[in-house]
Amino acid sequence: MTVTEDESRDVSDLEAEFDRTVAAEGRIEPRDWMPEGYRKTLIRQIAQHAHSEIIGMQPEGNWILRAPSLRRKAILLAKVQDEAGHGLYLYSATETLGVDRTELTEKLIDAKQKYSSIFNYPTLTFADIGVIGWLVDGAAIVNQVPLCRSSYGPYARAMVRICKEESFHQRQGFELLRTLMAGTTAQREMVQDAVDRWWWPSLMMFGPADGDSPNTQQSMAWRIKRHTNDELRQRFVDMTVPQADALGVTLPDPELRWNAEREAHDFGGIDWDEFMQVVKGAGPCNAQRLANRRAAHEDGQWVRDAASAYAAKQARKEVAA
Amino acid sequence: MSMADDTTAHVEGAPTFTGTPKAVWPLYEVFVRGKRGLNHVHVGSLHAPDDTMALHNARNLYTRRNEGVSIWVVRGDAITASSPDEKDPFFAPAGDKVYRHPTFYEIPDDVPHL
Repeated sequence: MTVTEDESRDVSDLEAEFDRTVAAEGRIEPRDWMPEGYRKTLIRQIAQHAHSEIIGMQPEGNWILRAPSLRRKAILLAKVQDEAGHGLYLYSATETLGVDRTELTEKLIDAKQKYSSIFNYPTLTFADIGVIGWLVDGAAIVNQVPLCRSSYGPYARAMVRICKEESFHQRQGFELLRTLMAGTTAQREMVQDAVDRWWWPSLMMFGPADGDSPNTQQSMAWRIKRHTNDELRQRFVDMTVPQADALGVTLPDPELRWNAEREAHDFGGIDWDEFMQVVKGAGPCNAQRLANRRAAHEDGQWVRDAASAYAAKQARKEVAA
Repeated sequence: MSMADDTTAHVEGAPTFTGTPKAVWPLYEVFVRGKRGLNHVHVGSLHAPDDTMALHNARNLYTRRNEGVSIWVVRGDAITASSPDEKDPFFAPAGDKVYRHPTFYEIPDDVPHL
């Protein structure tokens, strides 16, 4: 009886220490005590983020062979490599919470863990590559910059690396679009068409409206998240409007206008039915993305086997020598 | 008849593939020296089948933009660490030795270069 009392007091001491650290803007590190809910929330969020980077290679990889010049091809290759790298930084951070990345890959290809729904939309023209850099990576940056101050040390550090590299992604996208806008009428129309298709899905990247986001309050109390979904969405809209002007494209929202009273842009309602459809797997490319990821994993098995066999052989040689 | 089938066929002198596959690769911690004159700093981790592959993977993953001039990879299970608790008695011996700090000593303000 006394044992359980002691134990429960120990846990509440630990929890109080954890709460103090987080409240004082300290960082939680891998071997620290943490509430089970905190650990689970982090695993879910970081894994989902990692999966998004990995799946995010596909819509852009689709255009590597068709990039219009060697310069664009080299840039696109570098960018897709970065996405792979971001995925790996994040898997590395997730592993510090006691999960194995092999297990995470399996959960992804078995559709047991999610990735950002934005990557379930197709890249129909080369202008989509520019718009992904400008809008999708732009939205990602707005989401990710506050995560550099996340309370979990390894996640925050991974985000610092990622944010540094995302800046290249966004700028190359904007430059690509500017080049197209200085081209023919058909090229300008191609940009506008891509903006029309990607604008709303980009706004959905920030997740459900605050009233429908049950985990937000707890995540903010734990300082995993720093701002609500709607705050970040607003920031993104305000940031993007002048960029669209500079580019000479129209954002496809008739209700989009400056509200002097709020000192922010008002914008139209998001089609949350579409969002839920895509999240639940019925988006235009969900099946294809997962099938590709599964095939890449299974087709790569012989490479992993060969590397293991070689390592084992070298180890045997070393013992014999 | 496919490539994959060929590699699984036993060839004299070649390693047998059936034993080793699917073994989980060990975890390596990665340390990068940003430039000459600085210490190596921990940057993250990765998995690799052996030390050489770990070093190559670390190069590809952590130094895509000239972030380093030197890399160490260390198997995670080779690291011995202190307990994570900052109030650990392990660090207590340093706690009460304020005389190890220069500010412990009172020196008149007008004495130069001290």
